[in-house]
Amino acid sequence: MTERTGQVGVRPGVRPDSGPGGPGAVRARRPKGRPLLYTAYAQDMALLDTRAKKAGLALLLGAAVLLSGLPDDLLVLLAAGYVAAIGAIGLNIVTGYAGQVSLGHAFFVAVGAYTAAAVSGDPGGRTLGFGITSMLVWLPAAGAAAALAGVLVAPLAARLRGLYLAIVTLGLVFLGEHVFKEWDHLTGGPGVGRPAAVPELFGFRFDADSALGTRAQSLYMLMLVLLVVFAVAARNLARSRIGRAFSAIRDRDIAAEVIGVPLTRYKTLAFAISSGYAGCAGALMYTVTGFFDPGSFNLLMSVQFIAMVLIGGVATVSGAIAGALFVTLLPRITQELPALLPFVSADTTQTPNVFQIQVALYGLLIVLFLVFEPRGLFGIWIRARAYWKSWPFSY
Amino acid sequence: MTGGAREAVPPVLKVEDVGLAFAGVKAIDGVSFEVAPAELFAVIGPNGAGKTSVFNVLSGVYRPQRGTVTFLGEDVIGRPPHRIAAMGLARTFQNVELFHNLTVLDNLMLGRHHHFGYGPLQALLWLGRARREELAARARVEDIIDFLDLAAWRRHPVRLLPYGVQKRVELGRALAMEPRLLLLDEPVAGMNLEETEDMARFVLDIRDELGVPVVLVDHDMGLVMDLADRVLVLDFGRPVALGTPAEVQRDPKVVAAYLGGAP
Repeated sequence: MTERTGQVGVRPGVRPDSGPGGPGAVRARRPKGRPLLYTAYAQDMALLDTRAKKAGLALLLGAAVLLSGLPDDLLVLLAAGYVAAIGAIGLNIVTGYAGQVSLGHAFFVAVGAYTAAAVSGDPGGRTLGFGITSMLVWLPAAGAAAALAGVLVAPLAARLRGLYLAIVTLGLVFLGEHVFKEWDHLTGGPGVGRPAAVPELFGFRFDADSALGTRAQSLYMLMLVLLVVFAVAARNLARSRIGRAFSAIRDRDIAAEVIGVPLTRYKTLAFAISSGYAGCAGALMYTVTGFFDPGSFNLLMSVQFIAMVLIGGVATVSGAIAGALFVTLLPRITQELPALLPFVSADTTQTPNVFQIQVALYGLLIVLFLVFEPRGLFGIWIRARAYWKSWPFSY
Repeated sequence: MTGGAREAVPPVLKVEDVGLAFAGVKAIDGVSFEVAPAELFAVIGPNGAGKTSVFNVLSGVYRPQRGTVTFLGEDVIGRPPHRIAAMGLARTFQNVELFHNLTVLDNLMLGRHHHFGYGPLQALLWLGRARREELAARARVEDIIDFLDLAAWRRHPVRLLPYGVQKRVELGRALAMEPRLLLLDEPVAGMNLEETEDMARFVLDIRDELGVPVVLVDHDMGLVMDLADRVLVLDFGRPVALGTPAEVQRDPKVVAAYLGGAP
């Protein structure tokens, strides 16, 4: 317990350290040998507030860049994982931070994918296209279109909560699936599909071999950079008034309103930003394969996003990334199972086979994580860190 | 009522003939009172007397069927709670209603929600206005952490804190709103003697140092009688007595309401 040290009044505008430019404007220096001593609120509120975090992130990013030396098939898989991570961060904003369970994420991904594909598509082609291939146009357009779809759905969230909202957003997936399957001119129709958005920036094509590297390497680096941008933005959002308001609505909605958070506006905002992320992820997702089918945006995709968030860690950005990579790489790992476990078959006509296991594994992992580590991979990381910090003592 | 000196200053809060009923049950029936600037006003009454319902009407959670509530000269009935909060009306709850997964710091920062002016785009980029406003808000919140002696728990998620501290955090969150009027719903319920005394000291400090008028609901008669300038006694939603603590304590109707005397 600390002694009470004098009563400091909370009067407006009389802070000793609020000189010109406000508090924290002066960049305070950290005394030598005291790496954990903060002398300005700006240091305390920084995203990377310790040296260990800075070094860790630098190592991680360095490793990610070095991974671009991997074989092309693995790079394509990782690039897909990074894109999925952008989508998972988006779902985490609405479900993890704002607490509004959404099973409709696949629908918003589809809106983004089709917007981007239509904007950058070939005007003379079989499907709708406007021929604007610059990413600077189609990526924001995809985000904006999906965000708009999110805003249109948000009034439901203002009226419903919990299970009811989950069911309604589930309906959205089926509605979207039907529309996309029927709207041949936009989507190419089921079983046929259409070309995806063209990843072109200032004349550089990321989906072609170039002097800078192979097609897979270019796409890998593009997705890595975009993931970093989207992840940093999400972290900023989370530590802002808006992220706090989202968490307040999740924890106690009535109290949030009584202290001044307008519920409807913030639920709408959560859906808009989350869907915007989903739209951008959708736009990027198929640039890797170059082609996509309206059947892709089904319930399984929504469930995969939920799995990414739950396995990675609810309401953490790094967790969403870890979860997305985990879920994306999972099929690749299960492919190796027949070699390790003799009773698992690679043949689809036999039971149990790899593909059955892949589908069942998502459900199993969600159950296991919810029961044993509700904080997901992020929680496991926190526990490991706490263990090594206090080692050899238990606490 | 009270002397002429108080009448000259317009009241911060004016409640006139408010009536609230849930189907046939009259939760509040014809309650009127005024709160003067820097006054410590208490509302007491037996369980179910309608004290918390009065608070819910004031903060916009319930909408009364009749009567008017004027806060700082403006009618607030029908306004959504977040608008009333932005006008400067802050409250705490009988059962702690904090944001349990957030830290003490974040809970207090949330109190300042309507003082921020930056939008979502600036939040995503954390540039310019967003960064400046967050830093300024942090400085103000640290003042409150000092004021309420919460420094030891700054980084703790609220759900892990002892009950007495949670009550204090909730008071801090209300103070962070920079309120023009503070409603405290049973601030010492379930507290031991030491915690009660601490809280009483904080309430007095808020009134004396910050000049914020306070409306207090509590069952702790000792606390209410010691702190309050004036007391309103409710029973079954109806006002029984209104006056200084000494006047109210002598009132036979109040004694009857509490001890169950002859009607």
